[in-house]
Amino acid sequence: MSNATKTSIRRDVLGASALRPDGAAKVLGKFEFSSDLHAEHMLWGATLRSPHPYARIISIDLSEAYKIDGVEAIITSEDVPGKKTYGLISSDQPVFASKIVRYVGEPVAAVAADHPETCRRALAAIKVNYEVLIPITDAELAMLPSTTQIHPDGNLIRHQRIITGDQNLQGEIIVEAIYEMGMQDQAFLGLEAALAIPDSGGAGVEMFVATQWLHEDQKQIAACLDLPIEKIRITLGGVGGAFGAREDISLQVHCALLALRTSRPIKMQYGREESFYGHVHRHPAKIWIRHHATRAGVIQRIESRMVFDGGAYASTSAAVLINGVTHIQGPYKCLNATVDGYAVRTNNPPCGAMRGFGVVQACYAHESQMDKLAVACGLSPVEIRLINAMVTGDKLITGQVVESVAPVERCIRETDAIEMPAPLARNANALEIVGGSGLTSLPHNIVRGVGWGVSIKNLMYSESFDDFATARCQLQNGVVNLKFATVEVGQGFVVLAPQIARSVLGVDEVIIDQVDTRIGSAGSTSASRQTWMSGGAVDGACRLVRQRLFEHVGKIHNIDPLRLVIEDTDVVDMLGDFRISVIEASTGILIDETFEHHHRPTEELDKNGQGNCHVAFAFVAHRAVVDVDVELGLVKVIQVATAQDVGRVLNPIAALGQIEGGIAQGLGLAVMEEIVLDNGKMRNPSFTDYLLPTALDAPQVIAVMIEEPEPQAPLGAKGIGEPPCISVTPAIAAAIRNATGRDLPRVPIRPQDICL
Amino acid sequence: MTVLIPQSLHDALAAATANPDAQIIQGGTDLMVEINFNHRKPTDVIALRRVDEIRNYVVTADKKNVVIGSGLPYREMEHGELAKLLPALAQAARTVGSPQIRAAGSIGGNLGTCSPAGDALPVLSALDAVINLRTASQSRDISVHDFMVGVKRNARQPGELIISATLPINNGWQGYAKVGVRNAMVISIASCCLVIDRIKGSVGIALGSVGPTVIRCRETEQWLSMQIDLKNNSIVAPNLLKEFGDRVAKESKPIDDHRSTAAYRRHAVATLSRRLLTRANTQ
Ligand SMILES: Cc1cc2nc3c(=O)[nH]c(=O)nc-3n(C[C@H](O)[C@H](O)[C@H](O)COP(=O)(O)OP(=O)(O)OC[C@H]3O[C@@H](n4cnc5c(N)ncnc54)[C@H](O)[C@@H]3O)c2cc1C
Repeated sequence: MSNATKTSIRRDVLGASALRPDGAAKVLGKFEFSSDLHAEHMLWGATLRSPHPYARIISIDLSEAYKIDGVEAIITSEDVPGKKTYGLISSDQPVFASKIVRYVGEPVAAVAADHPETCRRALAAIKVNYEVLIPITDAELAMLPSTTQIHPDGNLIRHQRIITGDQNLQGEIIVEAIYEMGMQDQAFLGLEAALAIPDSGGAGVEMFVATQWLHEDQKQIAACLDLPIEKIRITLGGVGGAFGAREDISLQVHCALLALRTSRPIKMQYGREESFYGHVHRHPAKIWIRHHATRAGVIQRIESRMVFDGGAYASTSAAVLINGVTHIQGPYKCLNATVDGYAVRTNNPPCGAMRGFGVVQACYAHESQMDKLAVACGLSPVEIRLINAMVTGDKLITGQVVESVAPVERCIRETDAIEMPAPLARNANALEIVGGSGLTSLPHNIVRGVGWGVSIKNLMYSESFDDFATARCQLQNGVVNLKFATVEVGQGFVVLAPQIARSVLGVDEVIIDQVDTRIGSAGSTSASRQTWMSGGAVDGACRLVRQRLFEHVGKIHNIDPLRLVIEDTDVVDMLGDFRISVIEASTGILIDETFEHHHRPTEELDKNGQGNCHVAFAFVAHRAVVDVDVELGLVKVIQVATAQDVGRVLNPIAALGQIEGGIAQGLGLAVMEEIVLDNGKMRNPSFTDYLLPTALDAPQVIAVMIEEPEPQAPLGAKGIGEPPCISVTPAIAAAIRNATGRDLPRVPIRPQDICL
Repeated sequence: MTVLIPQSLHDALAAATANPDAQIIQGGTDLMVEINFNHRKPTDVIALRRVDEIRNYVVTADKKNVVIGSGLPYREMEHGELAKLLPALAQAARTVGSPQIRAAGSIGGNLGTCSPAGDALPVLSALDAVINLRTASQSRDISVHDFMVGVKRNARQPGELIISATLPINNGWQGYAKVGVRNAMVISIASCCLVIDRIKGSVGIALGSVGPTVIRCRETEQWLSMQIDLKNNSIVAPNLLKEFGDRVAKESKPIDDHRSTAAYRRHAVATLSRRLLTRANTQ
């Protein structure tokens, strides 16, 4: 058998730390992000947004705005030719609010003008007469049938129960608490932007967009524009991060509508503040949870009630909710469960996908509980987790059997084996200790704490969704050309895809074609799925091409193609001494194959939350070491040790990048990142006040990758994007509890939560 | 929009006097943010980047004071001679933003904006800085306490340029500390500067982010100078230290906002001031 990675000295094949082709350009500021897009004679588009969380629109007067020189078009709900609403799961969100606005920032109108400044003045000149209504901003209140229903679809987006096993079991040990999580923003750095170029006569539109899923955008835009899908052609614009916030439509429909209305190219881009209004966020959640266990610490039953605040529109709330309820047991064995989950509509900003997708909330609750349970049973955080660690073959509370590789125990043990950081030196450099450049704390003000978090995360889409991926591979003269619609948001598919082609086909030169809708869907770059799904599609297409190449070589040289293999860059006869380079073998021919990768089918949950709803699972353990200035409530995370179940490492440097980045994002949620809401209004829609971790906040990360290839996965590799950010949040919270002795049932943990 | 870029202080003063409504820009680290947010739409701008006379500092001949040019970037205050003469200012300068911001931002801009969270301002206040303002024909000195009038309001008259801040070279400990919710690049939610003058036997305590402008804790200063002999190295007893912090907190006037709560801010200035006094005693 040929194994391209075996003894290969070849560069940039699978397993090598191949460098991103876009890396240097991004570092040097030369990468073209969507906001850099430009077209001759283009106009600028801008959006008018609601200042109220809940109000009736009495009238919209455009007359003054139209008088402004340079204003070419103003559109409202009346100008939407097709479907007036869009949405990922249910189409409940208006392109423009027509009668009611349901959140601060909801689009009401859009203008096209010759300059962004003209747009700004035109927006200011549009007179919208609102009758302000009392917003419903508390999810518990919104859920009650007696509360005003703020949307025709009702306030309850989804209720899902999980009822399994003994409903009356009472453990010898019972621990319970209520946990809360604030609203986190994805805070990608490359802001929303798009360019739409209309076809002549308004027959269609060519779009360049920073999105996560070209074909889903295409479908939703076409419906709103009342055009056939193929008339909306989308090319990926340069994406500067996504983390879930680009799954939903933001400015796409507005931009396309303005282009068709004006017959001119339209450029739209958000600034940072508008970006906070323009995309969905992580669901704030309130979770009551009660664990029943034996005195020895064995979990017997979980009861939980989970409430996710979905904000004004559904987005992916229904799917986020089922991720929450189906992961509430954590990576632990549990046979009996009574769980009620609610995704609720409120007049808060809409929430949807964000890295971790519902599991982040669940994990924060179950991991906080594990520490409580450990204390109640007289065990250490590591012992309680080892006692309950799930293994392959265990049945989840949904009845689904975990068929994935499930090295939970190994994750914990290998994390535990990572060396602890040195104690804080008495003469430590001020910048390296809590308070950093503020010179707030001296070493004697600081207490160190250690905490644990372990998680289980589903991979790919769930509940019967067939999120397949398509790829096309062409081989000619030793050069491979790959085509797919897989969105690069920073995760690294642009480096992985050529690695796959090199390994399968023995070529060096791989060209990636433009990423657009001129090929089948690749599904969304989310749910930790593209390495598995699009990686599987590229692998599949390359294998088909290889088979055709062997047939071609076999025919010419009279060798049974089954005897041919790729060895380094040659086609070789396993049983003879025939050898020909792939370049030579493919000279003068074109082999062209397309492959769709589908994961195995899944089922919807029944009313008791039973069903094989997930495709596969990945696991990870985190141990956080924090320094806390207990008196001032300030925190510095010193080290995060982690062992992650990755299946197989395809690119070590890229894998480490995902792990380090995810940890920084989970750290943000633990101690600083929160959209502060006041009666539906964001108080901090800027990077001045929405704080992201800086280099001085980022901890040392020591990562171990656990490689037990996943049989279901085409390349043996599990998705690794989401797990790093899931259990690190509870690990940091636990470490702060350990240092302070406080309960800290809510994240982000603020200074006043620690010291007042 | 017209932008004038005078090459000397003389030309800058002439330009500002000729057009009192022109917007002055130094590092632009406050102003450009305001322009980006459409909070300000200047038509005429006078840029001071090329005015070398205000981008340096001098020690007066009697070695009693340092005159800091309003355009001197924070980066230049963090190290070297200036940092030795004015350690509290060096510490405050180091807490400002990121390296990019410290390469551009200035005391003139901090004073011009006059935010209660401006990091240089508690230092200027605790040291009783004197601010020099000029037009083409006139020059006046004004105490920093009179200069800072209210939230983002100051005593500068249209057409005046902020030229310098004069700070005394003290014999005695001084320091600055700031609380923010991350370890760098953060707007302070509470800050404190403490300055001891061993010759006069006095102490200066000023607080940032806990009132409409920087707050000078006069009552606590007086109380402390009656409790201990600041001319000598007397150690502050723990019970005094507790009361000291409580008194500082009582002089603060914080509010609840999205960055923090009044209760936390009060607690923070009490803690910071105690820590600074302890450092003054032990360092
Ligand atoms: C990312 C970022 C982080 C920041 N972090 C901090 C921080 O940690 N701490 C902090 O204190 N500040 C911070 N700031 C704010 C800012 O950097 C400071 O206030 C700085 O001191 C402003 O100086 P400047 O020279 O850039 O002012 P400019 O923006 O040039 O001017 C600010 C104001 O002062 C006026 N002005 C400036 N010079 C003169 C003069 N000579 N005569 C008359 N008027 C004048 C201008 O007209 C303007 O109104 C930050 C800003 C940013 C963008």
